[in-house]
Amino acid sequence: MALDDSKKPRVFKVVGTRPDRPDGIDKVTGRARFGADMVAPGMLTGRILRSPHAHARIKRIDTSKAEALAGVKAVVTRADFGTVPDHVAVIMENCMAGEKALYDGHAIAAVAAISPAVARQALRLIEVDYEVLPHVTDVDEAMKPDAPVLHEGRQEETVPPGMSQNVIARAEFGHGDIEAGLAKADRVLERTYRTAATHQGYIEPHACLATMGADGQGDLWVCTQGHYMVRNTCAAILGLEQGQLRVTASEIGGGFGGKTTVFLEPVALMLARKSGRPVKMVMSRSEVLRATGPTASTSIDVKIGMTKEGRITAGFAELRYQGGAWPGSPVNMGAMSGFAPYDLENVKTVGWDVVTNRPKAAAYRAPGAPMAAFAIESAIDELARGFGLDPLAVRLMNAADKGTKSSYGPTYPAIGLKATLEAAKAHPHWTAPLGKHQGRGVACGFWFNFGGDTCVSLNITPDGTVTVSEGNPDIGGSRASMTMMAAEELGIPYDQVRTVIADTGSLGQNEVTHGSRVTFAVGLATIEAARSAKREMCRRAAKIWGIDEEAVDWEDGAARPAGPNAGKFPPMTIKEIAAVASKTGGPIAGHHEVTAQGAGVSFATHMADVEVDPETGATKILRYTVFQDAGKAVHPSYVEGQFQGGAAQGIGWALNEEYIYGEDGILQNAGFLDYRIPVASDLPMIDTVILEIPNPGHPYGVRGVGETSIVPPLAAVANAVSAAAGVRMVQLPMSPPRVLAAIQAGG
Amino acid sequence: MRYEAPSSVEDAVATLAGAPGAHVLAGGTDLLVRLRSEMIEPDLIVDIKRIKGMREIAPEAGGWRIGAAVSGAEIGEHEGLRADWPGVVEAAGLIGSTQVQGRATLAGNLCNASPAADSVPAMVAAGAVARIVGPEGTRDLAVIDVPKGPGKTALARGEFIASILLPAKAPRSGDAYLRFIPRTEMDIAVVGCGVSLSLDEEGRVTAARVALGAVGPKVILVDAAAEAIMGRALDEAALSDLAAACSKAATPIDDKRGTVAFRRHVAGVLARRAAVIAGARAKGEQA
Repeated sequence: MALDDSKKPRVFKVVGTRPDRPDGIDKVTGRARFGADMVAPGMLTGRILRSPHAHARIKRIDTSKAEALAGVKAVVTRADFGTVPDHVAVIMENCMAGEKALYDGHAIAAVAAISPAVARQALRLIEVDYEVLPHVTDVDEAMKPDAPVLHEGRQEETVPPGMSQNVIARAEFGHGDIEAGLAKADRVLERTYRTAATHQGYIEPHACLATMGADGQGDLWVCTQGHYMVRNTCAAILGLEQGQLRVTASEIGGGFGGKTTVFLEPVALMLARKSGRPVKMVMSRSEVLRATGPTASTSIDVKIGMTKEGRITAGFAELRYQGGAWPGSPVNMGAMSGFAPYDLENVKTVGWDVVTNRPKAAAYRAPGAPMAAFAIESAIDELARGFGLDPLAVRLMNAADKGTKSSYGPTYPAIGLKATLEAAKAHPHWTAPLGKHQGRGVACGFWFNFGGDTCVSLNITPDGTVTVSEGNPDIGGSRASMTMMAAEELGIPYDQVRTVIADTGSLGQNEVTHGSRVTFAVGLATIEAARSAKREMCRRAAKIWGIDEEAVDWEDGAARPAGPNAGKFPPMTIKEIAAVASKTGGPIAGHHEVTAQGAGVSFATHMADVEVDPETGATKILRYTVFQDAGKAVHPSYVEGQFQGGAAQGIGWALNEEYIYGEDGILQNAGFLDYRIPVASDLPMIDTVILEIPNPGHPYGVRGVGETSIVPPLAAVANAVSAAAGVRMVQLPMSPPRVLAAIQAGG
Repeated sequence: MRYEAPSSVEDAVATLAGAPGAHVLAGGTDLLVRLRSEMIEPDLIVDIKRIKGMREIAPEAGGWRIGAAVSGAEIGEHEGLRADWPGVVEAAGLIGSTQVQGRATLAGNLCNASPAADSVPAMVAAGAVARIVGPEGTRDLAVIDVPKGPGKTALARGEFIASILLPAKAPRSGDAYLRFIPRTEMDIAVVGCGVSLSLDEEGRVTAARVALGAVGPKVILVDAAAEAIMGRALDEAALSDLAAACSKAATPIDDKRGTVAFRRHVAGVLARRAAVIAGARAKGEQA
């Protein structure tokens, strides 16, 4: 059969349209089941006791009074887990403190009881004897030689001797000769930038329902970005074989990277094992903010040389990221990505991974990249404006393109950065007039994107409709996208396909929903699974017609005799083939398993207009436009939604969001009142322009789009605010008190 | 937990008298949040919404008596209140979201005793008076005297606010309330300022009340600010003096919501802006 579609440009019938999302009705009517919506007979309530100290040695935990309380069915501490394998040791420590409590909110013990009231009372009866230790929450403070030390002996050999043990690792990227490059510049700008830790701010708190039978078989219902990861991690921690633990993903109310690890899940399983009853755990908002992954706070030095024509002669950045209480801040990705939009002869970045007494950083949408982009894009903007140059023209002059050796090593294939910059330059937004106290900023951003392990199973039902089973929670409309790609490939209508998220017992390993990978990688596997089903259907038709299977084509949802047999038999539709499948060899399915490669990087340019009130320092976002390369937009509405969502989160990061710690190391704003994500009225309608520079690594040209969109906005807004306020803002968030103080100091 | 919904003030007072740990429920926008977040575990909740008059806005002595369970949305839709006390109406309308507006009340905002309560500086500027009922009978207390500090009120055990009286509006008078928040809604005042003033026919201030919120442990009535503009037209010089008086009177703290310097400065900025709006309203201009 002829399935090679490379010969002619593909004309899409379903891909690129905007059908209703298949999960839409469930979500607007409340029928969708999220993490906290599941119940089981005999279910207990699980609760966690959390550290009130930023840093303390746990000398003794006495749970006897809690265990004696009527209605308490299990109490768990770190001791119940025993020794766990090395690869999950840090995750274990984060889920339940061992020798030390390392941050405000660190889990110390857990109970399962017959009601929330009893569980609450039981937590009060747990006695913990703490030896409070000095703490440190600021990245620069933590690097000082006399800073309180969190861990001994975790420092890597990359760190020069004499530095604090809190400095875990040093990494370096780049090429060329920085000093030689700087010498060619007409101006060298040096600045230090700072960003605050921000939380992913998903609306749905972490929740799960665990059961562990006496036979050693477990089931877990959980809100997560990757139930296969949950299975593997929990199995390792609890000493189970992976096949004995079945994990089902609930609907998910946002994750943005923050649900790519486990917090409650191993504890819930241990409580279930100890109590012999199902245990449900749901975090409060305060627990989410105190104990789940924010991203790193950072301190970044930038040194950039530029000619008066706008050519960057050298770019250097030293990035210090604290990733909370264990190694693993996203500093390397910041160091790799910050200069990635530019074609530079001389570029170097140095990243320092630092630990502090804060919750362990989790992934947050393009982890590490927005902060680096804030620093570097701010510096480029300041240089360009200083020379009186157009900041878009300067970026175009320096833009990376096909064949550019990137700042992190690889040489780019076809990329879309210049297309986004040219679209920005041609857009009416760029030339719209500005009023008093108003400013416009632009910035570019880059993200790597990812592929990874992926399995898809596509089944043809006896009536010829199609079900797609995939293993990645649908966090951004991916069921719609998979349905569309399956329908496109099979040549059948969208409504003839239904995509479900299968549990861990139904498919092989699937990488977490992260790295903007799902539309790319699961899409690729869906297309390949559909092709495999098509091949089988062509074979069945060939068998019925008594001709060679190579002489059958698939077109418009039907097998058709081709070549010398063309027209000899009427086409057989998918429904006709399915109806007789039992007589031609049995049920028909296609499947595909792959470690997907070739994800294809994505670039964006953002443009922001703001107005700053010079008397209060308050910033209003007046207008915002996102220009981004999507490769191929499968469902353009969701692509636009990803662009807008990243911009909205970045605007929050730029203006008001921050983790605020007191002198005591306690988080001051563990709630959505004082941890200020933008509300709808804070934002204008965010305009979007989708560019489509096909990714050669995907059959339809798809690139991931979910993460790139949060990379430019911190800098775009900072550049706009700096222009409007007449003073360069180098620290985030640009909260009104900070902006007002800068205006007053500058004026 | 027990729930009672008495139909008379007397029944409510008697029910509350028998249960020292009871909580009064009107709109519930503070109480239910505290319940759900497990900050309180009350034995008894007394819902006062079914008591006659609690959900009414009635004319009285040229002013308006607002029942304790009247919601922000109802206040916002009341033509008479909007005409006479637009500043109070706007302040009430700033509390919470659209959904919260269907429930939130002036009396609840006052009894919550948050220094940052939006309606309180507006009510204080307006000279509002709370009617309090309790085991010892009924008493009237100026709104300024109800809060005693964060979370503390002058209400004795068993007492609750039954209504709030906004007095008759004097001729050539206007009021306004402005707050500063980092966002555009769903937020809590970092600084709030209510201004109520009257003008003579030449536009000179004949009476003024200026109240600040969120810059001290309770609402502050700034006499010096009123004095600064008395007898003067609201020109640049007078407004600057007003702003300076407010900045000086503010006693804020540094916290997660703002610095001392920021709050002092913005107290003056808001006072100036609110006075301009109140002055325009006093002249009968749309503002």
